[in-house]
Amino acid sequence: MDYKAIGLVAGIEIHQQLDTTEKLFCRCATMLRDTADHSGEFFRYLRATESEMGEIDRAAKEEMKRERKFRYYTYDTTCLVENDEEPPAPLNEEALLVCLTISKMFSMTPIPQIHTMRKLVIDGSNTSGFQRTALVAMNGALPDGGRIETICLEEEAAQRVKDDTFSLDRLGIPLIEITTSPCMHTPEEVQEVAEHIGMVLRSTGKVKRGIGTIRQDVNISIAGGARVEIKGVQELDLISEVVRREVQRQQELIKIRDELKKRGASVSPNMIYNVTELFKQTKSGILKKAKRIEAITLMGFAGLVGREIQPERRLGSEMSDYAKKCGVGGIFHTDEKLAAYGITEDEITQLRQLTNAGEADCIVLVAGTSQKQTGCAIFQVFNRAEISISQNPVPEETRKMLESGSTAYMRPLPGAARMYPETDVLPVMIDQKRWDMVEVYELLTERTKRKAAMFVADYKFNSNYADQVAASPYLPRIELAIDSGINPDLAASTYIQYISEIKREGTDVTKFFINNADIRILQAVESGKAAKEVRYDLFKAVASGTSVENAIAKHAPSVSKNDLEALVQMIITERADFVAQKGKAALGPLMGVVMAKVRGSVDGKMVSELLKREIDRMIAGKSR
Amino acid sequence: MAVIKLESGYNIGVDPHSCTFVERPSPVPVKRLEVTPDRNLPDLSIVSTGGTIASRIDYRTGSVTSQFDAGEIVSAIPELAGVANYRTRSISTILSENMTPAIWQDLARAVSEEIRSGVSGVIITHGTDTMAYSASALSFMLDTPVPVVFVGSQRSADRPSSDNAMNAVCAASTATSDLGEVAVVMHATTNDDRCAIHRGTRVRKMHTSRRDAFRSIGIPSIGTVSYPSREVTLEPHAVRRGTHTLALHEKLEERCGLAQFYPGMAPGILTACRGYRGLVLSGTGLGHVSTGLIPLIRDLIEGGTMVVMTSQCMHGRVCDRVYDTGRDLLQAGVIEGGDMLPEVALVKLMWVLGNEKDPDNAAALMQTDLAGEWNRRSFHGL
Repeated sequence: MDYKAIGLVAGIEIHQQLDTTEKLFCRCATMLRDTADHSGEFFRYLRATESEMGEIDRAAKEEMKRERKFRYYTYDTTCLVENDEEPPAPLNEEALLVCLTISKMFSMTPIPQIHTMRKLVIDGSNTSGFQRTALVAMNGALPDGGRIETICLEEEAAQRVKDDTFSLDRLGIPLIEITTSPCMHTPEEVQEVAEHIGMVLRSTGKVKRGIGTIRQDVNISIAGGARVEIKGVQELDLISEVVRREVQRQQELIKIRDELKKRGASVSPNMIYNVTELFKQTKSGILKKAKRIEAITLMGFAGLVGREIQPERRLGSEMSDYAKKCGVGGIFHTDEKLAAYGITEDEITQLRQLTNAGEADCIVLVAGTSQKQTGCAIFQVFNRAEISISQNPVPEETRKMLESGSTAYMRPLPGAARMYPETDVLPVMIDQKRWDMVEVYELLTERTKRKAAMFVADYKFNSNYADQVAASPYLPRIELAIDSGINPDLAASTYIQYISEIKREGTDVTKFFINNADIRILQAVESGKAAKEVRYDLFKAVASGTSVENAIAKHAPSVSKNDLEALVQMIITERADFVAQKGKAALGPLMGVVMAKVRGSVDGKMVSELLKREIDRMIAGKSR
Repeated sequence: MAVIKLESGYNIGVDPHSCTFVERPSPVPVKRLEVTPDRNLPDLSIVSTGGTIASRIDYRTGSVTSQFDAGEIVSAIPELAGVANYRTRSISTILSENMTPAIWQDLARAVSEEIRSGVSGVIITHGTDTMAYSASALSFMLDTPVPVVFVGSQRSADRPSSDNAMNAVCAASTATSDLGEVAVVMHATTNDDRCAIHRGTRVRKMHTSRRDAFRSIGIPSIGTVSYPSREVTLEPHAVRRGTHTLALHEKLEERCGLAQFYPGMAPGILTACRGYRGLVLSGTGLGHVSTGLIPLIRDLIEGGTMVVMTSQCMHGRVCDRVYDTGRDLLQAGVIEGGDMLPEVALVKLMWVLGNEKDPDNAAALMQTDLAGEWNRRSFHGL
């Protein structure tokens, strides 16, 4: 597809957790917990409040369509600030410094005086009902001419455990938000920019790693469509797919609008009907349970509500998302097989009569627990249907990514009315002197190149292997091992092969790095105390809690060179006939005998050399 | 620094010299909701002392919104509409730390007038810092047949998680209930599940920031309000509606003080109280100060200052008959304050000295339960 021709414009927002000791506005550790370990819980209601400009944000209004009770898990590693029971502590200086470093690495201009704001978020993910955020720097550069508009320092939201229950361990972890300008025009470009920004962030060594520590939001629009923000793309590889699917969705919505126009389709709130009575005796379990059922006839919509606009998504899915904001479970419509819900043909015929619907029309049903709920939901369906035949058939929305890369509606795009000054946090000055002192780091890509070249030159690694070692997450350990006198080949192969394998098996390999257990194992190998072959066993033993010394004693009982020579001598003497008969070919079978005796605790190469020497000597002795 | 609001909503501070004056935007009128009274609902009066339950900063007027009418309150807290009809009255716009006995008197008069006008109950919105002092002052100054309910919020009203709305709804429910005394209604727990109703003379702010900071000390709370059901449950010891007839005793003797004893307390702190009509001491343990201060206290008493001993333990009763120091204090003329909270004893002393000129009668009144401030029995532990 020619994305430039269809006017694709995209920008991204990257949210990356910072690896600081303490949270942004309290002094709790930035530590994630197992929800099973929560030490307490409490619940609250949230209400939309007016901004200081006297307006209520449209996204907040949408969330307020139904009253929601939120439950929160607390831990012995969270405090009253996360509980929204204590004013925030001053802005975390360590986090600010990381944020300034990143800003400087993108050649940005710092804000002279940083003001913390409250960004209204009443989906429950923040106990306070807002996320604290501060604009730190503006106007950065990307390598291919793109621009970074802003960098903000924010607090991470609480993690949703299930439905309206949240876990407070994550709330307040410092988060950097990087917003690019809408400067990208193809799905691939979006992915490349995201990758580049991610690389710069990792170059600082001050960002958290692992699933969920970085999230991308993508802003997309095409000509005739609208700006849509897709939240929470966690895997980088999915970004371009998400962009492709959103382009498809916007194009399909435009096509549906054109088709509706051609058909002369129309919607009206006068076509909303209370059909509760009709389903009094229904066999449909789902409708039987409902206290009230309402229907709307969408005139001229037949076939289009059920039309796919994205893989697994239809116009009906969009209407359903809108209706769910009122608390109903979803919608039913005549473009789908209603028999699947236990609704009979007879009931559908009666429904068509009651709602004055013809074959060209589509009927949408909502079922709920009260008139308030269904009234709200059916009106949401009407709203979404009206948008679909309007001049702008793609509404400006915040959407969330589904697993496959398709998206679902979350809420309208928020406006400036969601921002309110955080009056409990004092502004922070960034003067020239402070800015000048901010450190910047070598980019990872540069460092990898530099290191790889060095490995080829100094250690004679072949260039592919050098690249692999330089890009390895264990590079700092490999370098430490080499600095501690370990042979570079031994050091590199240990991490690239064994440590990586042990990690794949699910072992937390970082525990080797505490007390330098890894280096001590390598030193034992280097000095001949343990054979190369038992490295895997040694690391496995240490991983299961054995000390390095005990692991060596168990898997590599020390066999001195003298002991070994004596052993070899003895074995050869015992099998003199065998040696005489096989000659040099005796080496292989005898190797096995010796290795079995020393249980792998001696380097095989050393055994083979000794054996070879002794066999040669015996053969020579015979012939003499 | 000049603060700029960007289109994105973010504020940033920049050098004011880098800004140019363009124009001053005209203030936007505050939106108001017209409320039609519901004949089936009781009438309540809301008296505001400042830091209202519906406040927010306004850049354009540069202050907290001062409009305070039923429409604005109901538009800020729509749930209130289902509880009662409201009339409103503002007697001050102060932060509660700036409260004075003179404003207590204004407040007492205003509440008395509201009750006389026939409302079913009065709600007083008040900053939480000194709410307990004001509640205690009104408890002494006012005999009320209807609920007089103090309410505030620990988390500011401009945040979605504020406790203001639930507290206000629970306060309104209490004000329409069968209660007949001065009370404080605030969150009972950190959850949004219920509010506690506290007696005005036994309540204390026990935490700087938690929603459930207010606690009844020395007695159980006098009731609870469930949320969101708004169901009010009054304990047997709560005074019921109509028990008292309306009376206002507004006089206060302001020349009274409260001093907390500490090890090594400088005598100058006590001598500075010369000329005071009354002094409450917040002593250690059973009600003690260091032996060296006793002659100074005797001087104060001989100079006409009534000295009342309370305990900084907060929980429990003063007893100056156990140790020598206590006996010496009694000898010097100190009055034991029973299990009264120190700040309640102060407010009571102001009221007693304002209304009773005879020192012996005044001393006897200090040891008489007037408004639930003094328990004859210590039936409630920590």
